[in-house]
Amino acid sequence: MDIVETLKKLLGESGFAGFFQNGGWQNAVMIVIACVLLYLGIKKKFEPLLLVGIAFGCLLVNVSYFVGLTEADALYHPNLWTEFLDANSANYHSYGYILKNAGFLDILYIGVKAGLYPSLIFMGVGAMTDFGPLIARPSSLILGAAAQLGVFLAFFGASASGFFTGNQAASIGIIGGADGPTAIYLTTKLAPELLGAIAIAAYSYMALIPMIQPPIMKLLTTKKEREVVMTQAREVSKTEKIIFPIVVTIFCVLLLPSTAPLIGCLMLGNLWRECGVTERLSDTVQNALMNIITIFLGISVGATMAGSQFLTLQTILIVVLGLLAFCFSTVGGLLVGKIMYKVTGGKINPLIGSAGVSAVPMAARVSQIEGQKANPKNFLLMHAMGPNVAGVIGSAIAAGFLLKVFGG
Amino acid sequence: MQIMMDVAASGTMLPFGDTVLTAVLGYGVVFLGLLVLMAIVYLMGAVFKALGARKAAKAEAERNARAMPVAARAPAAAAKAPEKPLAPGAAGEVKRFDVPDKEAAMIMAIVADQLGKPLNELRFKSIKEVK
Repeated sequence: MDIVETLKKLLGESGFAGFFQNGGWQNAVMIVIACVLLYLGIKKKFEPLLLVGIAFGCLLVNVSYFVGLTEADALYHPNLWTEFLDANSANYHSYGYILKNAGFLDILYIGVKAGLYPSLIFMGVGAMTDFGPLIARPSSLILGAAAQLGVFLAFFGASASGFFTGNQAASIGIIGGADGPTAIYLTTKLAPELLGAIAIAAYSYMALIPMIQPPIMKLLTTKKEREVVMTQAREVSKTEKIIFPIVVTIFCVLLLPSTAPLIGCLMLGNLWRECGVTERLSDTVQNALMNIITIFLGISVGATMAGSQFLTLQTILIVVLGLLAFCFSTVGGLLVGKIMYKVTGGKINPLIGSAGVSAVPMAARVSQIEGQKANPKNFLLMHAMGPNVAGVIGSAIAAGFLLKVFGG
Repeated sequence: MQIMMDVAASGTMLPFGDTVLTAVLGYGVVFLGLLVLMAIVYLMGAVFKALGARKAAKAEAERNARAMPVAARAPAAAAKAPEKPLAPGAAGEVKRFDVPDKEAAMIMAIVADQLGKPLNELRFKSIKEVK
């Protein structure tokens, strides 16, 4: 055995050698980005449940996959998925080919590609959500619709910029829905090459909602409007809560069949919660299943952040357009909130409009905090939960529409 | 531009007119969908309110029918021991979700203190941790 040759081979095929390959610097930059994301998740608590997994997935792919080096040991293979999506390739949409050549993260990523994880996350969200405030005040649905403004303005901006295709613009726009699973679901279907950047933008801005929304809320509302104390909504019966998810599923899926995986799972989770005879299932979906899927989703989305794919001008544009989408969604909700304030003779506090961007329950908490700053006797949380959960339905409908138009 | 061409883009570029049309139509569809859903939920609420009112009226009538003979049988006892007047307002029954007694009591006391009102003039409906 030639020790020198063996050592040379080991070193030549190690990841360290990868840094000196063409484009190896991109892996180094991505490792730094992964560490920054880990810092934000752990120290700053920015959506830590997902961000820590995403950041570590990013770290794993960038220490194991180097362009130009042997790919046998890589945990995730971007080239496999490029072939999978290439209609001219012999391995187009071949999961068998993926499984034969896959690394550990490729296998986990199949759940993202198939749209499984976002739908199961929605099931958990449904099981954790009380739709009572929305049923008690159905006008909240208008605020949930209004707050999808950013989705379509960002889509318009991305498409009109000339840098993105229609599919990519639609995936960027959905960041404005402030709904991570929906953004991941739509992007996987329409523009999987942008998944890493869009997931990072969506979850980062969701974590930054307490910083992004308050200045816009103060800018667009007067002190008098923010001080409005809303009256207690009516009590909602158990039967209404049981019928609601069934009615929403029937209506939304009939309207846009492409929303079926998201709306269907959201409402099934909620039905398990409300029907009173499936407590075990509701508990499992809310806790065990949600945690397991969060682990899989985080790591596999992070794995799509290979340096060669992530470090592009597109990523920077996505980050900027994502921020604009969030801001305009907040503006849309607030403006319609102001209209409702006028129409109802000052009975609706327009601050609850900003909660229409989904991001449950973070956005509703921001409305509560801002309302209480203006008037310490103000308790807007439950009133804001109505538009907040309406926003979840609204963003799923927006995603269903975009999927219908661009999904072929 | 080279940096943007590393990965094949999905789909094709959209003409400006189609972009505007898709954005407007999309926002319209979301609005329309949720407006119709709102109408359905209002309708559902109206039906349940009407059913609830009918049930309440029926229960009230039954209660009155049962209370009448009792009141007639025991006028003397009522005169002997007049009921203590209730304190103004009542806390009612608080529905608690995963909130222990001690924490519920603390929350109610803090709210009363913040509002500057006695506890028995406030009505707490439910206490639930927002997770």
